[in-house]
Amino acid sequence: MKIKCDKCDNPASVHLTEISGGQKIEKHLCQDCAAGEGITVKTNIPISQLLEDFILQSGPGEELADLACDVCKITFGEFRQKGLLGCPHDYDAFERALLPLLHRAQDGTTQHVGKVPHRAGSSQKKQNAILRLRGQLKDAVASEDYERAAALRDQIKQLENS
Amino acid sequence: MRLTDLTKQAGEWLRGAGPMHDVVISSRVRLARNLAGMPFLSRCSQDQQRELEARLRKELLEVGLAKEVLYVDLAAASDLDRQLLVERHLISRQHAEAGHPRGVAVSGTETVAIMVNEEDHLRIQVLRSGLQLEEAAQEIDRIDDLLEERLDFSFHTRYGYLTACPTNVGTGLRVSVLLHLPALKMTGEIEKFFRAAQDMRLAVRGLYGEGTEATGDFFQLSNQTTLGRTEEQIVSDFLHQTVPRFIEYEQKARQALLDRRSVAIDDKVCRALSLLRSARLISSEETMYLLSLVRMGVNLGRVTDVDLAAINELFLLTQPAHLQRIRNGPMSPQERAEARAKFIRARLGTG
Repeated sequence: MKIKCDKCDNPASVHLTEISGGQKIEKHLCQDCAAGEGITVKTNIPISQLLEDFILQSGPGEELADLACDVCKITFGEFRQKGLLGCPHDYDAFERALLPLLHRAQDGTTQHVGKVPHRAGSSQKKQNAILRLRGQLKDAVASEDYERAAALRDQIKQLENS
Repeated sequence: MRLTDLTKQAGEWLRGAGPMHDVVISSRVRLARNLAGMPFLSRCSQDQQRELEARLRKELLEVGLAKEVLYVDLAAASDLDRQLLVERHLISRQHAEAGHPRGVAVSGTETVAIMVNEEDHLRIQVLRSGLQLEEAAQEIDRIDDLLEERLDFSFHTRYGYLTACPTNVGTGLRVSVLLHLPALKMTGEIEKFFRAAQDMRLAVRGLYGEGTEATGDFFQLSNQTTLGRTEEQIVSDFLHQTVPRFIEYEQKARQALLDRRSVAIDDKVCRALSLLRSARLISSEETMYLLSLVRMGVNLGRVTDVDLAAINELFLLTQPAHLQRIRNGPMSPQERAEARAKFIRARLGTG
C-alpha cells in the first residue's frame, strides 16, 4: 500500500518519526512538501533532471538520442536514461551533446585546471585503441571465437606494455 | 586484520576530537578514478568486472596504503558484514546492495577506504574527525600518487580525470563534512541552512550519504563542482568560506537557546539522558534522537558526566548490524530493541 503525503495527495517518499515529549509522531510527506517543511532539500540537482532540462532546451532531441559511441556502442539516449556513460571515449563521441550539460552541471566551466597525472600516461589515441580492442574481445568471447579472443588479448597486452 | 576487529570500537573519525568537533563530526574527501583503456563499470562484461576487481585488489594490497590494510570481497561477504561497512561509512549503500564483483580496501584506523567497482573503478576516500579537510586532502593526494605509479588512469587534457557520471569529471574530487545541527533544527532555522546551501551550489545529504534523506539532526554537506577549479581551490573555498558560515549559524542558534530557553534546554537534555539510562526497549530512531540531544548537552557544557567520544561511539554501535555483530548472531527487531537498551545502559554507567 502506498502512503499518501500528509499535506497533499502525492505519494509520500519521506517518512519521519519524531519523538516529542514521549509521544511518537509519524510524518509522511512527498518530496516537495518535505522540502517545503525544511526536512529535506533538493539542492543536489540529479543528473536525470539536468538531462531532462537540457532536452527541453535542445529542441529536436531525437537526433541527439541516436548519437552513438563507436567504441562502447552506447547511445546518447541510453546515457540519458541511466545518467552513466559507457566508456572514456564517450566524452569525445558525445562532446556536442555533453558540453551544454557540463556547462550547467559544472558551474559554467569546462576546462580542467587541476591535477595532471605525473606519469605522462598513455595518449588518448592509445587509450581508445585499447578500448576498441577490448570491445572486440568482449564480442569474440560472447560468440565463443576463442582463437580470435586469444589474438586480441595478445594485441591488448602488447599495446599496454608499449 | 579481520572485519570483526573493526566492530569493537568506532573508527578514528568518530573519536569526537579535531577542530570544531562540537559541530563538525567528521571531514571526508573522495576521488573518483577509472583505469584507462577499460569501459566504465556499467558497460563492462562480467569477465571485465572480475578482471578489474582482481587487478585492483592486488594493487591495493601491495601498494602500501597503510600499516594494516583489510580488503573485503563484497560479493562473497554476508549481508550483515556489508551492512556493518555501511554503518561505519566505509562503503555506500549502493555498493553494499550491488550484485557484481566488487570490494573495499580499508586501512587499520579506518581513515582510508577505497571502493573497487562502485560507480567508478575506484572511489578513494579519506576520513578525519572534526574539521580536518586539508589534512585529508593531503593524504588522498599521496594515495592517488602511489596508485598512479602502478595504474594508468583515464585522463583527458580538456576534461581531466574521466568519470562514469559527468558530474564528477575533472578533479573527481568531492569534499564533505558531516554536521551536527540540533539547535538549527530546534529553532526552526534549518531552512536557512538549506537555502544558503542551495545558493552556494552545495549538496545536502543524510547521514549515510548519497540517496539518503537529510532527516534528523545530521547533515552531510558537499561541493558539487568538480571541473574548472584546482583541488586546492575546491578544498580551500569549502574549508575557509563555506563550512565556517554553517558552523556559525549553528553556534549562534545554540547560544540563543541558552540565553533564552536554558531551563527548557536542560530539561530536554536531562530527560534524554535519563531515558537512555533507564530504557529497557529502545529503537534505533529514538536512540539517534536522544543521543543527538545529549551530544548537544555535552557540547554546551550542560552535561559533564558523559564523554563525547562515548556518545559518538554509541551512535555507531547501536546500529542494527553492529548490535548483531556484538551479540554474534541475527536478532529480531524486538530483540535488538532490548539488546540496544541494555548496551546503552552499560555504556552510560547504569548497568
